[in-house]
Amino acid sequence: MRIKVDPDLCEGHNRCFALAPDLFEVDDYGLSQALNEGVVPPGLEEKARLAIDNCPEFAISVVEED
Amino acid sequence: MTDAPETCPVHDWASDYDIFDPDYVRDPAPVWDELRERCPMAHTERWGGSWMPTRYEDLQQLVKMVPTLSSRSAVVVPPSPELREVLVAEAKKYGSENPPITADPPEHQPFRRLILPFFSPRAVESHIPYTQDLCNSLIDGFIEKGQADAAADYAQQITPRVIAHVLGIDPARADDFVDWVRGILELGQTRPEMRIKYRGIIRDFFQEMVTERRKNPGDDAISTLIEAEVEGEKLDDYKVVGVCFLLLVAGIDTTWSSISASLLHFATHPEDQARLRAEPELLQPAVEEMLRFYSPVTMGRKVMEPVEFGGVEMKPGDKVLLNFPGANRDPAAFEKPDEVQLDRKRNRHMAFGLGIHRCAGSNLARMEMQVALRTWFERIGPFELTDPDAVTWAGGQVRGPRTVPVRFSAA
Repeated sequence: MRIKVDPDLCEGHNRCFALAPDLFEVDDYGLSQALNEGVVPPGLEEKARLAIDNCPEFAISVVEED
Repeated sequence: MTDAPETCPVHDWASDYDIFDPDYVRDPAPVWDELRERCPMAHTERWGGSWMPTRYEDLQQLVKMVPTLSSRSAVVVPPSPELREVLVAEAKKYGSENPPITADPPEHQPFRRLILPFFSPRAVESHIPYTQDLCNSLIDGFIEKGQADAAADYAQQITPRVIAHVLGIDPARADDFVDWVRGILELGQTRPEMRIKYRGIIRDFFQEMVTERRKNPGDDAISTLIEAEVEGEKLDDYKVVGVCFLLLVAGIDTTWSSISASLLHFATHPEDQARLRAEPELLQPAVEEMLRFYSPVTMGRKVMEPVEFGGVEMKPGDKVLLNFPGANRDPAAFEKPDEVQLDRKRNRHMAFGLGIHRCAGSNLARMEMQVALRTWFERIGPFELTDPDAVTWAGGQVRGPRTVPVRFSAA
């Protein structure tokens, strides 16, 4: 599973970081980036979905692999 | 503000809503449900006139309509013509803005970037020990009595002190800060003359602080703002005072409303109270659910150019209430929205707003709620209202309980 944060949509609510600190990092302005180039380590898929489902800006999504 | 409509009962919420109506203040959800179905962009002439959306999807779009919807007036009830003159004079003396909340792009972002680092997750974490000690000392003050006002003796005491601590101003003046903020955001909402009086008091307070810190800089927030640059230039006193004003005012009755509403909820829902006590790991989702269900803040916007939205035509000068609390009850966005589910998994609530003006202090507010509730639940045993009729609410653009008398046994 791979995820990404759209930097144009992220407004720094920090919900993803609070719910899944192993998957995201946030800067001093609260803007989020997916760690590990978005690759979700096995076992953390549920956390990733939680982060996606709780972002008020709909900024996080799953990257569709070909 | 003596016009007749303000005191008349509401017959049609779609065309004549009143956000200060006492029944609406106590429980606005039935009105929102009706409007969402029947008239999703409601309108009123009361209190200077405004539009009120209720659908989640509409709020998502409205927050992005920048700068057609301007942030320059966040409070919707306008001053009378005489008071407008006072405001103009005040603007000449102080500058009229509290950036970034009252700013639009492009001015908005550099000011926002000035204040966001005060509220980053790391910065907020450093304020946990202070908040924790504060909550404990407040509880020490009433635990022996077996009863307390969870709003006035606890929630209301926490937020002014925490924001004073963050700003580096004297927490001992917390009672003054509460009076000032009520003067602006509670009583002052419908009484612009009061708003103006308290704005003056707060600005004079910070002006004195700024003058003092210019002479004796420290490592506090005010000194940081004094040293900060926006587009290569230092801020003048007006702007430093304006930003400090915002940080003080925005951080007090908002979070206090959320903590009070949460304690009122648990006092009146013993099953949820027992559940959070038994499953303390639910604290984080429970705080989000309290934020969704009892969202305190409705921001205002001013229409700058003619725009059609949701089947209505809005004209320049019209006001729009960004009804985040109403959107948070939309069944199109939340499963069983009128039910509190402490373990709600999908909770994209917009209690802190959305878009470029997302509440800059949201991390601080969440921390305060979590620490306040955790400490309360750790130290206070089962609690209930002493008198349901004694509960009072403040409403309008900041809504929350102001009196929540409870009795409890020892934990």
